[in-house]
Amino acid sequence: MRVYHFTEQPYPDAWLPDPTSLRVTLPNELCDPVIASGLLNRYLDEWCLADELGLDIMVNEHHSTTTCMTSSCHLTLAILARDTKRARLLALGIPLANRPDPLRVAEEMSVIDLISKGRLEMGFVKGVPSEIMSANSIPVRMMDRLWEAHDLIIKAMTTHDGPFNWEGEYFQYRAVNIWPRPFQQPHPPVWITSLSPGGVRAVAERGHVLATFLSGMLAKTLFDGYRKVWSERHETPAGLDRFGYLALCAIGNSQSEAHERASKLAGYLRTYQQIADPFIYAPGYMPPEIIAKKLMAGTASVSNLISIKTRSGKSADVRTCSVEDLIDADMLYAGTPDQVFKQITRFCEDVGGIGHLLLMMQGGHLSHAEVTDSLKLFAAEVLPRLQAWAMHGQQRPH
Amino acid sequence: MLQLETFQRTFVEVCGSRIELATKGEGRPILFLHPGQGLLGASPALGKLAQLGRVMAPSHPGFYGSDLRHSITTVDDIAYLYLDLMSSLGLRDVVLIGASFGGWVAAEIAIKCTDRIGQLILVDSLGIKISDRETRDIADMHAVDDDELAALLYENPARHRPDYASLSEADVVTITKNNEAWALFGWRPYMHNPKLLGRLTRIRIPTLVLWGDGDRVVRPSYGRAFAAEIPGALFETIAKAGHLPFVEQPDSFVARVEKFLSTVRH
Repeated sequence: MRVYHFTEQPYPDAWLPDPTSLRVTLPNELCDPVIASGLLNRYLDEWCLADELGLDIMVNEHHSTTTCMTSSCHLTLAILARDTKRARLLALGIPLANRPDPLRVAEEMSVIDLISKGRLEMGFVKGVPSEIMSANSIPVRMMDRLWEAHDLIIKAMTTHDGPFNWEGEYFQYRAVNIWPRPFQQPHPPVWITSLSPGGVRAVAERGHVLATFLSGMLAKTLFDGYRKVWSERHETPAGLDRFGYLALCAIGNSQSEAHERASKLAGYLRTYQQIADPFIYAPGYMPPEIIAKKLMAGTASVSNLISIKTRSGKSADVRTCSVEDLIDADMLYAGTPDQVFKQITRFCEDVGGIGHLLLMMQGGHLSHAEVTDSLKLFAAEVLPRLQAWAMHGQQRPH
Repeated sequence: MLQLETFQRTFVEVCGSRIELATKGEGRPILFLHPGQGLLGASPALGKLAQLGRVMAPSHPGFYGSDLRHSITTVDDIAYLYLDLMSSLGLRDVVLIGASFGGWVAAEIAIKCTDRIGQLILVDSLGIKISDRETRDIADMHAVDDDELAALLYENPARHRPDYASLSEADVVTITKNNEAWALFGWRPYMHNPKLLGRLTRIRIPTLVLWGDGDRVVRPSYGRAFAAEIPGALFETIAKAGHLPFVEQPDSFVARVEKFLSTVRH
């Protein structure tokens, strides 16, 4: 099992207590360039430490928001490709439906794969609704755009006999011929995130890695759906390396220290849906039934996205619920190394096993000292146990 | 179809698309092209219009019961579809009325061919770009919440804004699907075609540009600029009306249409 250290590179000083929206409209006068510069360098240092400690690395990107300063997976990974030695480098992901130029994605991913000597994991996502505005992309038919961009990137990376033509519905190129080509053959592993049965089927049919974020026990339904589609096409079952899950993780020397860190980390979950309505309910992005419910409920109603469900079937408000609720919802692993080991293995057993555990170990106001300590504790006391346990197939002991 | 209960509802097959058509009245064909907001609140005005002629209100592709074929993605596509619709129904001397987004469609039709159109009425029409690149001519109706949107659309939002909670869930889902189609056609560039302004001079039929004097989506000055590019076009405003004057002032709206139809014939 691979474990990835992830941070969105937040700028937490601008997480005001009650702004209309942390995304799209928050003016960047709230961003102090000196602080931002320090933070970006610090987060890179923490990824490099993760590499030294035997963890893998995940980056993502967001736009027009204080919650994430990574403006491009490519930029951050280009630095880490050179500055790290052994970690797998996962981009999860590149918002393909919001990107005007997929050919450039193919080119830059190839360069990152070469500099890192084949350590790139290439994750594609649709893009979040709040970034429809900054990308000025049409919120309708986004999955169609994602798949066309995906097909083009894969073909560009695997075509070696000179230029080919691409006159698609969304993208047109007259001479696709990328230089250089990627290090890994035939191309770096592809990951896609999905939360719907139709989406899972499309990922499974292509045999890509399926990842899901913060979805708790819904992950089991999604992974089961993938395994079913896979088994229709293959004689052997889908490997655990086809599944990734993302949660937050705060670890400490004592439970109280860990929960104090978890509270800071959870600042991310408490605010990540702090988005003005029109930027969430972009027409075409979500099923019409969901948008219709919101219209009927009126502007005063809160987004249904802030409601989470715990294992014990309890509904909770992600903005105010306890750390224990977040643990119970498998959105957060927090505690001593032993407690975290148990929380993670319980989840893995319940969803049928995963090959990639993506952990946001930095978030919110969690300081460099706290993140460094968490990473070291995880690497020393959880990672070896997890890997030994995973060797035996991630089954619940009988 | 929401809100046009007294109209006869039929479907017309045009170039592979099934287009829903609400029809009422007799006489000269009056083709009414609805705004992105659909036909909510349009019933009183269209009912009165049906006393002047045969009102035909097609639902745009993807709106209400009309098909949205995968290949239909632009306002241009809709314009050609309606040219074909007029042709296949054998319509002549049509009064073409387009409101807001429907006005944009009507203008795109009229720059292409006016053989079947006698008179054109553009009502608070979207579709052109007049100011510099950093000045928004058309308010962003997709960057505001529902309360703010109502304040943009209506001179009197308290009285005219739709009460979604009073509609059935199925109807609100339909409205949401309408919005999806509208976003497909009008998202980028936002609710306009950069080429349209320079092509308006091609419109050589009697044209009335009618505007709510309290329109906060596209100001009356935008309407004047629209009219100025269409040779001989008249520009008039309707008092106490916002972006959808046919909803807020149906009587004044129909009176202006009637006056224009009776005084200007070619």
